[in-house]
Amino acid sequence: MANKNTKKVTPTQKEYQDLAKRIEPKRPVFKNCARAFLVGGSICLFGQVLQEMFMHYFHFDQSKAGNPTVACLIFISVVLTSFGVYDNFAQWAGAGSAVPVTGFANAMASAAIEYRSEGLVLGTGSNMFKLAGSVIVFGTFTAFVVGLIYLIFGISGG
Amino acid sequence: MTYVWAFVVGGLICVAGQILLDVCKMTPGAAMSTLVVCGAILDGLQLYEPLIQFAGAGATVPITSFGNALVHGALAELERDGWIGIVTGIFEVTSAGISSAIIFSFLAALFVKPKG
Amino acid sequence: MLAGRTWVFEQKPVIIGTATVVGPEEGNGPLANDFDIIHGDKMLGQKSWEKAEHVLLEEAVKLSLEYAGITREQVDFYIGGDLLNQITSSSLTARTLSVPYIGVFGACSTSMESLALAAFLVNAGGAKHVVSATSSHNSTAEKQFRYPTEYGSQKPPTAQYTVTGAGAAVVAASGSGPVITSATIGRVVDMGITDPFNMGAAMAPAAVDTIQAHLKDLNRQPSDYDMIVTGDLASVGYKIALELFRKYNVPIETTHYDDCGLMVYDLNNQPVQAGGSGCACSAAVTYGHLLKRMARGELNRILVVATGALLSPLTYQQGESIPCIAHAVCIENGGNRA
Repeated sequence: MANKNTKKVTPTQKEYQDLAKRIEPKRPVFKNCARAFLVGGSICLFGQVLQEMFMHYFHFDQSKAGNPTVACLIFISVVLTSFGVYDNFAQWAGAGSAVPVTGFANAMASAAIEYRSEGLVLGTGSNMFKLAGSVIVFGTFTAFVVGLIYLIFGISGG
Repeated sequence: MTYVWAFVVGGLICVAGQILLDVCKMTPGAAMSTLVVCGAILDGLQLYEPLIQFAGAGATVPITSFGNALVHGALAELERDGWIGIVTGIFEVTSAGISSAIIFSFLAALFVKPKG
Repeated sequence: MLAGRTWVFEQKPVIIGTATVVGPEEGNGPLANDFDIIHGDKMLGQKSWEKAEHVLLEEAVKLSLEYAGITREQVDFYIGGDLLNQITSSSLTARTLSVPYIGVFGACSTSMESLALAAFLVNAGGAKHVVSATSSHNSTAEKQFRYPTEYGSQKPPTAQYTVTGAGAAVVAASGSGPVITSATIGRVVDMGITDPFNMGAAMAPAAVDTIQAHLKDLNRQPSDYDMIVTGDLASVGYKIALELFRKYNVPIETTHYDDCGLMVYDLNNQPVQAGGSGCACSAAVTYGHLLKRMARGELNRILVVATGALLSPLTYQQGESIPCIAHAVCIENGGNRA
């Protein structure tokens, strides 16, 4: 992404790009944001209901109830991906389906399913993290940096 | 009331994601990575836990909580075991998410073909 | 004969047979009745998307030979290409066909690139029968260029939908059918567009460049054609092309200008965003629909300008812009106009 700005653009190209920008249909940002809010909020609300259920009926305590909740949401997302409906739903919902943990599960499941044709090892095994990997990499690295800062400055953890 | 805030906060985090996609023209992978890093930084600033207290699943379900969990694990181990805790603790809290995603995705690959 | 960048085929090579095979979405589109075979299962009962695309192409090639009334042994050369890495659909089809094979890559412009070369070979006396074919598949294209097919990413309104299908044509030195009278080979044009979800904007300049060259080389006007059709500019690229024609004073309004990407799908009722794309887009629409209209006498001279975006997933990730190309072939009914 950073590379995009290093290419020099000639005046002819610039003129053309302005023309193309003028003509290209704009993304319906407001509509997409509204849908994202609706769907994302609903998935989180459903997550809250699940969490309360795990706390009351399965006696998980507040701090641990997040685990089965997340596992449940991931399971549902993988099932929807397997039925081939998650992508259609996501075209409508945008970030509303991508941002919750369901999006993470869909990224992994879709890659795993797609690359099965190349075998379980080289296909599914190697490619499962193709889309979700960057999330784990950047999250881990940031956690490392934050931990390092806490260590160096002797901050006590929350 | 937590239900209302779960909906609102979760929805708003998704709107932030949508803005990254539509206005900043990021790819989905870049947008999600950005959100995870934000979650991690917010926990570093000790702001994410209060958000979870307030909004419940509205803060734990979005991918930002993944960043929060990674940092939490690292910092908890840092307290407990000293400097090595930074690396040993990272995946402790997020294990449920990553493990179940791998397991269910693998099962899906075994039994399902893509629909296109 | 060579005029500028355009070959003029004095021997008038004939298209003696064509075949088009498509998938379910194309079978639900406005041109469904013009395709020879419509498959209801996108995987064609195969174990992978790539194997399915191979089957599509092989079916189209075999059927085109049947319609041309020639056998495999009579084919001198097979010229073809597709979108897959190392154009494997074409190579595997060539394996089955077992004839001398020339693989070409022009992305979505492959149909006219291979047809132009086939016409040149036949016109020069280098072959009596040449098969020109190409294919594309929505799922193989998504898997290779974008994301796994079940991944929930939101496509912007400028995105295009790769056509699942294959189109094959048999070009011969003599026989009955529409003739290829000239072809203009494109050059790579890159206006710095970097968004792989906006191919139309990337390809439009290449299309206009080739059309201008063709008209200039032959000293013709758009009105000399019953129709000029681009391969897959779709709604965004089509509008941009109109602007460019206006800017360069090309009187495109004096002919019927259309785009295969707009014709193959019903943009209002099918979730295809800006329209169709892929090698099969221009191939299926030209060989399936346009040649049938020519046979009915509705069109007598058309210029098919297939457009291709020559990017790879890596070039995009490395910050490169999208280089594009367009190849034009002029097809006429036997009784020629002046």
